[in-house]
Amino acid sequence: MAKITLATIWLDSCSGCHMSFLDIDEFLIDLAGQVEILFSPLVDTKSFPDHVDVSLVEGAVGSESDREKVLTIRDRSGILVSFGDCAVTANVPGMRNRYPVADVLARAYAENACPAAAISRDTLFFQEVPALCPQARPVHEFVPVDIFLTGCPPPPEAILYLFSELLAGRRPNMNGRTRFGA
Amino acid sequence: MKIHPRKNVRSDLNPSRLLTFRIDERVVSAHEDESILSVARQNGISIPTLCHLDGLSERGACRLCIVEVKGVARLLPSCVTFPRQDMEIITASERVVSYRKKILELLFTERNHVCAVCVSNGHCELQNLAVELGISHVRYPYLYPRLAVDASHSRFSVDHNRCVLCLRCVRVCDEIEGAHTWDIMGRGITSRVITDLNQPWGSSETCTGCGKCVQVCPTGALSEKGKSVAEMIKRRQFLPYLQMMRGRQDESWPK
Repeated sequence: MAKITLATIWLDSCSGCHMSFLDIDEFLIDLAGQVEILFSPLVDTKSFPDHVDVSLVEGAVGSESDREKVLTIRDRSGILVSFGDCAVTANVPGMRNRYPVADVLARAYAENACPAAAISRDTLFFQEVPALCPQARPVHEFVPVDIFLTGCPPPPEAILYLFSELLAGRRPNMNGRTRFGA
Repeated sequence: MKIHPRKNVRSDLNPSRLLTFRIDERVVSAHEDESILSVARQNGISIPTLCHLDGLSERGACRLCIVEVKGVARLLPSCVTFPRQDMEIITASERVVSYRKKILELLFTERNHVCAVCVSNGHCELQNLAVELGISHVRYPYLYPRLAVDASHSRFSVDHNRCVLCLRCVRVCDEIEGAHTWDIMGRGITSRVITDLNQPWGSSETCTGCGKCVQVCPTGALSEKGKSVAEMIKRRQFLPYLQMMRGRQDESWPK
């Protein structure tokens, strides 16, 4: 059986969903024989491949760079999985959505700095890092998503089930295997 | 507070009529003053609900218990709809289920339900309903409104980010505790539950601090202080007993 090609990425999130992926423990060894990881924080490739069969997208779309990435991923992926609550609902990254970006940056980098930094608000919009979008929003608001895997993080059993179904050539039905906040 | 119309006083001369009708192709019989929801549940037919709570008056607020009635174009909320002889009721048609899903998704978009950081995570009726109805994602844009948290009360707090406006708190406070500290202000999407005349809960002169509102709240909107994520488990066993002992009967307090 040909291996399926896989890409995984985290956008605006904590990487916890990837940790839950690693928590499938010994099944990783089985999976390694059936899946080829072309792009992921877990491997060293720097650019997204031209085509992958399955992409797991963890995290909300919170910056301009996230937005570009998610468009590229959609273009080059057979099946796009919204991987975890941040990707599905914006979850914790979305908690900043009710405040203007300038206030969020000031809170994080000036007011809460220790000792309180005398940074002017204008300098908080760094040119060197991707600009934050006004709000962090779910992946499916930007591109069509094929499978939604909720949970914060999704339980390892649900991730394993997802892969076993995909490898069997079926479209997994995640209903009852995970939930918002699981 | 909506007061339901006074029901006819039953006597030997005016007994409650027994009706026969169908729910999901099953022939059932019930008294004319039993709601469709109640009859369905007595017959083991489950209809999802959110604002309904055994022991409180019906509100018909959440609309999740809608059912199809043959010959009626609209969908009717089964908690406040009463049967008629030979009525044919369908509780889970494709149409009904699709509307239930939409209603629940809209509830998720209206406030900031961040399950991962909620005291009621894992013990939440909204969350359970999403599982029950198979909601994997929300198809409408989230509003991410900016809402207040009132932690001025010494033992409880209210987080409007998690409120679904079921108004159980308003009903239990009025009908069971008799304090009527809770009420609702605003209209439509700007509606909020309030204490006294929109004063901080901690400064309320009517609140007895009984905590019934906290226990009946289906989500983490009302919680006990000191609870961390997933630690708020609501205790509701008291409700039917209290309703029997000191609730309003025939819309007046027991003499």
